[in-house]
Amino acid sequence: MATAQSRPLLTIGKYAALLGYLSFALFPLYWLLKIAITPDQLIFSEGTQLWPSSLTLDNFRTVLFQTDFLAYFGNSLYVSLGTAAATTLIAAGAGYAFSRFDFGGKRIIIAAMLITQMFPLLMIIAPIYKIVASLGMLNSLTSLIVVYTAFNIPFATFLMQSFFDGIPKDLEEAAMMDGCSRFQALRKVIFPLTLPGLGATLGFVFTAAWSELLFALMLISKNEAMTFPVGLLTFVSKFSVDWGQMMAAGVLALIPSCLFFIFIQRYLVQGLTSGAVKG
Amino acid sequence: MPGRSRARRSLYWHYMVEPFLYLSPGIFLIGTVMMIPLIIGISYSFQSIELLNPFNTGWVGFENYQKLWSDRKFWLALENTFWWTFWSISFQFLLGLGLAMLLNTRFFGKKLFQALVFLPWAVPTFLSALTWAWLFNPVIGPLPHWMAALGILSEPYNIMGDPELAMWGPIVANIWFGVPFFAITLLAALQSIPGELYEAAEIDGASPWQTFTKITLPFLAPMIAITVMLRTIWIANFADLIYVMTGGGPANSTQIVSSYIFTTAFRKLDFGYASAIAVALLGILLVYAVILLWLRKKLVKI
Repeated sequence: MATAQSRPLLTIGKYAALLGYLSFALFPLYWLLKIAITPDQLIFSEGTQLWPSSLTLDNFRTVLFQTDFLAYFGNSLYVSLGTAAATTLIAAGAGYAFSRFDFGGKRIIIAAMLITQMFPLLMIIAPIYKIVASLGMLNSLTSLIVVYTAFNIPFATFLMQSFFDGIPKDLEEAAMMDGCSRFQALRKVIFPLTLPGLGATLGFVFTAAWSELLFALMLISKNEAMTFPVGLLTFVSKFSVDWGQMMAAGVLALIPSCLFFIFIQRYLVQGLTSGAVKG
Repeated sequence: MPGRSRARRSLYWHYMVEPFLYLSPGIFLIGTVMMIPLIIGISYSFQSIELLNPFNTGWVGFENYQKLWSDRKFWLALENTFWWTFWSISFQFLLGLGLAMLLNTRFFGKKLFQALVFLPWAVPTFLSALTWAWLFNPVIGPLPHWMAALGILSEPYNIMGDPELAMWGPIVANIWFGVPFFAITLLAALQSIPGELYEAAEIDGASPWQTFTKITLPFLAPMIAITVMLRTIWIANFADLIYVMTGGGPANSTQIVSSYIFTTAFRKLDFGYASAIAVALLGILLVYAVILLWLRKKLVKI
């Protein structure tokens, strides 16, 4: 048993690799937090130290109570939640149709959705700007929600389809035999089973919308309508940057998307697996 | 007879009407927000549309493309796009595959580990760009000092100010951000490989390397092909990190085609020329996708 003898070495190697991945993933996040809690006068002198010699929460206090951060944060929350809800609802319908029906034009529609994943989104930034401007919707958060929803529908649809594919057709067919309409079967039998899938899609779209920058930069210029990436970026270019406050704002902005993500990442793997199993 | 026509009607309902009830909102939004602007965008590339110069508007035929052909910045950006995409995708894929294989084994604290190691994916791009820019900063950031201490750099200088090396700043940030995506998709594919295959291989005395090349890789191949293709296209279009970290500088050494599109549209408000660059990029990516799909068909016979 050659493998049994080399096992200790293999195990050590494995845990070393795990540790390597973990530190690579967490190091920048740790540094972000470190700068946020370092007092201003130490940021330059102790730039390379792993741990600052004194700590402060001043940056967080300033960011929360003396800047527009909370407004940006609220705007971002509104846009991301709106996008996530709208996308998940629409993508669940489309994914269900792809999973359960065979219909005329199915291949063409799937191909069209794939194409939307291939062309540079920046390609439509100029037309979208002109359309939104002619509708008088510049600086409106609703226009951002509509644009983000459309961008996210294709991937969310494929994700939802793979979740639906993982649920046996017999279940709703049995319910329909028993006299349910398809929609009732969908609501009573299938919906509870896709909750993880809906959660995964919701979280995925939320994080995507939460961090979108370039379209928001183009469509939003009024301070009170800025989402958090736009707000912070203009913060960088407008004033001499207070890095501590900047990073404190960053840490705060990180919280919702990370919470969402930690919650959904298991379902994401699960969803992709169930689709893959069915082939 | 009535039974048959009812059957036909229900068939019609089932094939032509019912699916579209579920699909129509999605089709409508994609059509109006993506497909129509795409067509408008292509038409822009044959026009002169400069918001800063509103009198110089109208159809100009291929003028934008001629300008593009002799635009040195564009060719440089194209070359940069190639290296940016190549190094990003290679490292993301290899590290992602390693991580997925680790996560497919059993170890203590796996659930927590998985949640933490996937975290970079959830960090807003803008924020990871700022953080990495900070880490690479020679005055206040730790990396140049540590690299100098290890002898990789002769002295802690600004990597992102050096045209030869500047691209590595955004590339490292991109690798950090993108490894989880590959790990997630490849882990899903790994978990769908039937366990009996590995048991049989063990009974037959196959070495770990043989198991990897004879079972794992062939099973993963379709997933690898599709994710690598989609990600390549996505990364080639991904301008956020570069826009925030270097703004395309120094001396355009980190300008990729998509960041060039954005600066042309957003800073110069020259929509016609920006659209022409975008159409060129779209053409190149389409050729790439066709080649890769053709290769996949040849290599993976499923």
